[in-house]
Amino acid sequence: MIHALDEAAERLGLYIGQPLANARAMCPDLKVFDADVVADAKTLSDIADWCDRFTPLVALDPPHGLFLDITGCAHLFGGEAALLTMLVRALARQGFAVGAAIAGTSVCARTLTRQASGSIVPDGGEAAAIERFPVFALGAGEAITTGLRRAGLKTIGDVAARSPGEITARFGARFSTLLAHALGQGDAPISPRKPLPDYIVEKRFAEPIATDTMIAMTLSRLADTLIASMEKQGKGARRLEAAFFRTDGVVRAIMVETGRPVTRSAVIDRLFRERLDALADPLDPGFGFDMVRLSASRTEIVVQEQRDLDAHVHDNDELAALIDRIAARIGGKRVVVHLPQDTHIPECAAMAAPAQHHLAAAVQAEWPARVESEPPLRPMRLFDKPELVTVPFATVPDGPPHQFTWRRALHAVVRVEGPERIAMEWWRQDGRQLTRDYFRIEDAEGLRFWIFRDGLYDELIDKEGKSIPAKWYVHGLFA
Amino acid sequence: MSGARSSALATLRGQIERIETAEVVHQYDRVALGHSEVDTALKGGLARAAIHEVFCEGRQGTAATGFVMGLAGRVSARKPLLWVRQDFSDIETGALSMSGLAEIGLDPRRVVMVRAADVESALRTSADALACDALGAVVLELWGETRQFDLVASRKLTLAAQGSGVTGLMLRMAAQPLPSTAETRWMLRAAHSPPSPGWSIWGAPRFDAELLRNRHGPCGRWIMEWKCDECQFSEPSTYSQPVAAAPAYRPDPAVPWQRRAG
Repeated sequence: MIHALDEAAERLGLYIGQPLANARAMCPDLKVFDADVVADAKTLSDIADWCDRFTPLVALDPPHGLFLDITGCAHLFGGEAALLTMLVRALARQGFAVGAAIAGTSVCARTLTRQASGSIVPDGGEAAAIERFPVFALGAGEAITTGLRRAGLKTIGDVAARSPGEITARFGARFSTLLAHALGQGDAPISPRKPLPDYIVEKRFAEPIATDTMIAMTLSRLADTLIASMEKQGKGARRLEAAFFRTDGVVRAIMVETGRPVTRSAVIDRLFRERLDALADPLDPGFGFDMVRLSASRTEIVVQEQRDLDAHVHDNDELAALIDRIAARIGGKRVVVHLPQDTHIPECAAMAAPAQHHLAAAVQAEWPARVESEPPLRPMRLFDKPELVTVPFATVPDGPPHQFTWRRALHAVVRVEGPERIAMEWWRQDGRQLTRDYFRIEDAEGLRFWIFRDGLYDELIDKEGKSIPAKWYVHGLFA
Repeated sequence: MSGARSSALATLRGQIERIETAEVVHQYDRVALGHSEVDTALKGGLARAAIHEVFCEGRQGTAATGFVMGLAGRVSARKPLLWVRQDFSDIETGALSMSGLAEIGLDPRRVVMVRAADVESALRTSADALACDALGAVVLELWGETRQFDLVASRKLTLAAQGSGVTGLMLRMAAQPLPSTAETRWMLRAAHSPPSPGWSIWGAPRFDAELLRNRHGPCGRWIMEWKCDECQFSEPSTYSQPVAAAPAYRPDPAVPWQRRAG
């Protein structure tokens, strides 16, 4: 089955969906490649990345189309015609066969690329521009196209001449909307791949740059410009993205996040330096970058605080900056603070949260206070998943063990305190869990364990009514 | 010995002395731990702005953790603490429990945890953090023998700590001591609870701490107890004998080895 074909094959009369055997019969020396839908999608997305240099609003039109919203961008490239030529020529140089057109609505532009690549339609001229084209150029789908052809409506002009009511009754509202958009009556918004960043600064180079020094210098200069423009509106950046456009079309984007809005370019500079330094696959300049863009995709209003003489406030700022730097280097999820949770199940008592976003909450969190003059009731180290231990026997059915084997070592119990009974929270919907009896145990070596029996004595009963012996677990270790 | 050779030796000795005195002048800020013999051996307490190493066997890891936490609590003085550890340490030794931290009298709000993927990034993060004077202490927890933590890495950390005044605590579980620039080096084991007086079978954390190396004083081995209420170390409390005689008409409270609660 033919999945896609080029112009030469089309001229031979081959068509998409044709069985390969038929095509081979028509043209024995056909060159065939296996279709790879995933790779196609990836290539399209790479091209879309590259197209980011013209406008931040790029939308995918699968399987092989792209919409670029160039409203307000064309003059930067010397007008619509110049932009179109530049785009087509650059993509052709990269080895792609491109059809491109500019029109007031996305559907109209798409119709034009299929029939009259390179045309630019002024506002209001959409209907006139496309009326002579065959209906399949609308891209409405096989069934509708065939239906229209059977009804004798060969060109778009023919269809447009009918009253919208008839078209809607025969082919559905969706097609009549599509037609209206193609004719320039109303427009559907495109859905860009990325949300529009709040601030963008970029630098283009006539001569591509490749050295680390130049890249660093460019970034810091861009950071200055970005900060200057954000400062005018009292904003600070929380998320920054640097995109490096390589001359051969590959785009690499690198993102850093901060815990507090950044208002100093030196900070941005340092964060990117850390990030670039720690990249697993370093930035590969290839033949050089011809454009570098720095955008702030998340910004916040900065409240200028009156700094008092309290050094504590200043310390918190410095800590936040340190956390940002570490997070830029090794990833935000690896730097955590802990927040207390309203539960008495030991393993759920603390929740690890990214320090960048929860530092302020963690500093003010209220932890349960310890009981004065009691020895520690909770272990120093806690296993996320309690570890199973083997207990040969217990003195009394619901008593503590005399000895147990954990990680292949036998521990003789010397001192015991307990049990502390912790019942599971029945109001949570995570299956029935058993009540635990916790014992604090010291072994002959002086090591201290927090072990529990999962389930009360006789709580577990098998099908025949016999009780199953409860299992023992080590849940934590005391200092 | 020729004259030239002995004069060269004298010059070198002089240089070494200058370097060492410079360090002594640098490290005057000491925090008393609370255990009087240990404080005497340490010339007044644990030096801030330096690196201290705590070694232990694999299964004694929690005792060493408690000890390091105690040291960190003493030196950090209400400033935040950065705890750097490797990814797998959660599974190997258990995660640091925040409620456990609160139970020994330290503040979980001040702990920022870093989970490093490998030793290199853990070392790098620690060096970065040691240079940030907003922190009170940086704890680097490494499990097992590591080639990467050599004299050069140790020197880097020491310099960073001296520059900022932050104390670095290396918790080395299941590792053997190697040459380093640490100010002190400890070997930790868990100590038994004292003989029980009946009602208190389970006491405060107790450590069998051996000071293997002390750059500016003697070494030694002590039993240290952590006082959770006062947040400091102390001499081990001794419960030698039950105060009252064992009553004849009911079971001796000192004999049963099990107390039931809850």
